[in-house]
Amino acid sequence: MSDHEYTPKSKVGKWFNDRLPLLTLANHLTDYPTPKNLNYWWTFGGILTFCLITQIITGIVLGMHYVAHADLAFQSVEHIMRDVNYGWLIRYVHANGASMFFLAVYIHIFRSLYYGSYKSPREVIWIIGMLIYFLMMATAFMGYVLPWGQMSFWGATVITNLFSAIPLVGESITNWLWGGYSVDNPTLTRFFSLHYLFPFLILGLVVLHIWALHVPGNNNPIGIDIKKPSKDTVPFHPYIVIKDAFALLIFLLIFAFFVFFSPNILGHADNYIEANPLVTPAHIVPEWYLLPFYAILRSVPDKLLGVIAMFAAIFVLVILPWLDTSKVRSTVFRPIYKQFYWFLVADVLILGYVGAMPAEGLYLLIARVATAYYFAHFLIILPFLGMKEKTTPLPLSITEPILGGSADMAMARNNLDLKEKL
Amino acid sequence: MRIFLKLIFLLVIISSLILSRANAAGEQQEPLKVDWSFKSFFGKFDRASLQRGYQVYTEVCASCHSLKHLSYRNLAEKGGPEFTELEAKAIASNFEVTDGPNSDGEMFERPAKLSDKFVMPYANVQEAIAANGGAYPPDMSVLVKARSGGANYIYSVLMGYDEPPAGMELDDGVYYNKYMYGNKIKMSSPLDEDIVEYSDGTKATVDQMARDVTTFLQWTAEPHLETRHKLGFRVIIYLSVLTILVYFSMKKIWSRIETKV
Repeated sequence: MSDHEYTPKSKVGKWFNDRLPLLTLANHLTDYPTPKNLNYWWTFGGILTFCLITQIITGIVLGMHYVAHADLAFQSVEHIMRDVNYGWLIRYVHANGASMFFLAVYIHIFRSLYYGSYKSPREVIWIIGMLIYFLMMATAFMGYVLPWGQMSFWGATVITNLFSAIPLVGESITNWLWGGYSVDNPTLTRFFSLHYLFPFLILGLVVLHIWALHVPGNNNPIGIDIKKPSKDTVPFHPYIVIKDAFALLIFLLIFAFFVFFSPNILGHADNYIEANPLVTPAHIVPEWYLLPFYAILRSVPDKLLGVIAMFAAIFVLVILPWLDTSKVRSTVFRPIYKQFYWFLVADVLILGYVGAMPAEGLYLLIARVATAYYFAHFLIILPFLGMKEKTTPLPLSITEPILGGSADMAMARNNLDLKEKL
Repeated sequence: MRIFLKLIFLLVIISSLILSRANAAGEQQEPLKVDWSFKSFFGKFDRASLQRGYQVYTEVCASCHSLKHLSYRNLAEKGGPEFTELEAKAIASNFEVTDGPNSDGEMFERPAKLSDKFVMPYANVQEAIAANGGAYPPDMSVLVKARSGGANYIYSVLMGYDEPPAGMELDDGVYYNKYMYGNKIKMSSPLDEDIVEYSDGTKATVDQMARDVTTFLQWTAEPHLETRHKLGFRVIIYLSVLTILVYFSMKKIWSRIETKV
């Protein structure tokens, strides 16, 4: 929060601001002191806000033309693609927008993992973020069901069936979710209703996420606490705004490439076949962004334990601030953690890959090893590493590494200094 | 700009994931690769090929396969086969549709109009299955998008009929196809040389007809493909120019402080 009191210049502004301090809020947002060494990995917060707004706007327009009914949904989507003015554009932006949203959120999450942004005093930002991520997955899953193609139908069947693994009440819960005895019209209508609701819950959580961020302020690539405002910070506007805008435009170029020249590459061809409860597709696979969790689910031989493992994979992320015992935030000063970090990235990519493959033979073995490693990373490696690891010396302020180039350079120089002293 | 390289690296990983998924299915041969005119950034349909493709569809495919998401008016729309409105009206009037009820409360037959949907070959799915030895001839409106190989796959299946390899037993009404999933198909080879007579004098070889009808089906699946490519090109140009402008604005603004951006 900015330290100085803000008073609007105009009389009307002052009158209004005394009654509802929106202008104070706007002033806080423009002046908000931001570390000046933020790199481009920090631009994904703004990009994600853009993605959410895009999904909401295109979604509202699609909702005007879409018919949530098992017999009409597929046809209404084709109606949007063919007869609605620029309906094809709105739908392709919405469908590819979901993928771009997840691409951005994964970069955002891994940035946080790399620079330790989840650590004290930012645990609440992180937990709200994980809630957003969880809601995003639920929203995307239900959105994928709406066109009522083969993958919609069978994906919904597989995922809702997971709940039947719960002892005693599993079957009742599944029937309650379905609104019947199989995935059918009642399932579709409730998924549509919830798919419309959840983005607004996400929007609310995003406001809390940003609010919680503005209390301690941004973390930064070298992860040290800084005085705000100071030589180490720049006002959010215009410095960060223009940088976020530039990064967003690069992101939009990639987005546009998918929408206009490869709109279906991220989807599954089977979803252009109308849902048919009597024909099961050869391979039922979720969208790419859910594949790592799908791999974890299938790597456990027992259904109930598989479901537990899948949810646990998200839950370990929620409690991550207390699993990572290292007080040093940025990976830049944690040489051993740095290697484990890239192992984790590779592990998640491998999980995604085997999640797309049939769960048999070598793939299953790889999935099991990768799942075990995923949990080992969070539950064993992180707690112990934090206690044992020798970190490299931290700089005193941001200004130092910046003048010397990148944070890595600063580290190298610190090492040199040390050697000289020795 | 290391971020570019990193983003591209991520995209490569993701697309390789998707491609590997596509390869995971079946034992059939890789589809033939055709240099379609509608691929690439500026891809457009070959208008004459679309019109011939419609002829193949209506004279050959339409006896079993529906195109239920299309209307006759689409045939005259921009970016499609672009028949003239009169031609499209004439095409429509060849088909009979049931309309009504009229003021006496009765249903009646009338010739189709531009606003009518394509007439379906069968009254319902059950009739279609019964008439085709237990296999449902899929609706062709989005068929190209519903098969992972897209246009190449559809073309390959049309070209892929062959004698079954030694030792392969085929039931009655099942045919061998090199490119079909599982190599078995319940549709007999639909195209024979000169099965249609093209009005523009093009020789109706099997290859020619397969190309034409696949082009036509690509259009039925993506009727706005040409608009999409054209608009996409403009959007990319617009965004590129804006990106460059914003980049230099950013440099200018950040030059006020001693930090590199």
